[in-house]
Amino acid sequence: MMSVIIETPAKPRTRKQANLEKYGWLFMRISGPLLVVLVFTHLVVNLVVGDGIKAIDFAFVAGKWADPFWQVWDLAMLWLALIHGTNGMRTIVNDYTEKTKVRLALGTTLWAVCGLLILLGTLVIFTFDPCPAGANPDLLASFCPAQ
Amino acid sequence: MAIRPAGTLYRGKVGMWSWVLHRISGVGIFFFLLVHVLDTALVRVSPEAYNIVIESYKTPVVGLAELGLVGAILFHGLNGLRVIAIDFWSKGTKYQAIMFWIVIAITVLAVAAFTPLHLARVFSH
Repeated sequence: MMSVIIETPAKPRTRKQANLEKYGWLFMRISGPLLVVLVFTHLVVNLVVGDGIKAIDFAFVAGKWADPFWQVWDLAMLWLALIHGTNGMRTIVNDYTEKTKVRLALGTTLWAVCGLLILLGTLVIFTFDPCPAGANPDLLASFCPAQ
Repeated sequence: MAIRPAGTLYRGKVGMWSWVLHRISGVGIFFFLLVHVLDTALVRVSPEAYNIVIESYKTPVVGLAELGLVGAILFHGLNGLRVIAIDFWSKGTKYQAIMFWIVIAITVLAVAAFTPLHLARVFSH
């Protein structure tokens, strides 16, 4: 016979201030449905319609990012996906690490990588030139003057 | 003999396996995302640099792996909606098992429809 005894907490939580863990939980549930829309559309536009993966090259990306709509779309996807993914990895790290030092080291690494990639991706989206000067005209989109 | 708890949300059965699959697919998508941000950043280096790297996405081996990636993304996204339904919908826990099978069905059907389309492109490239 096996029985489970759940002890009454000696000190129940009464704290009313901000709870990071709660906001993390909430963020996953708000960013999740947004990412379903953002990522599923990204897959359909890039891999299903037209020639799919065969059509993806520099000119394809230039064609999309010449339009502010796709710049904002990809920016939202970049930020939400990286924060969502990093927070998910943090949850997994917290589940399986036993030593505090290991947990902190992995957590710090995860958020550092997340921050760097968000910074890199954001800079790329906003400093991108769809028709770079001096580039091989054969590789540029049809709307470029050099083409 | 010890009593074996069964039919709870997370222990054994689909409640547990959906959780396992959600973790594995999540980790896989995370590492692809890291690579994908870096490869896309190459558009800022030069058209040549981006095109050379993106060509590797069109090879048969990577093309096949992309089917797994698409399947993982579909499962993770749809199962995430299921998790939200379990959390916020009053009937969520009651229908969690059937919702799991709906998630699997949509994932399998979508990947099955995408596979011939994608592989034809990859193998004719």
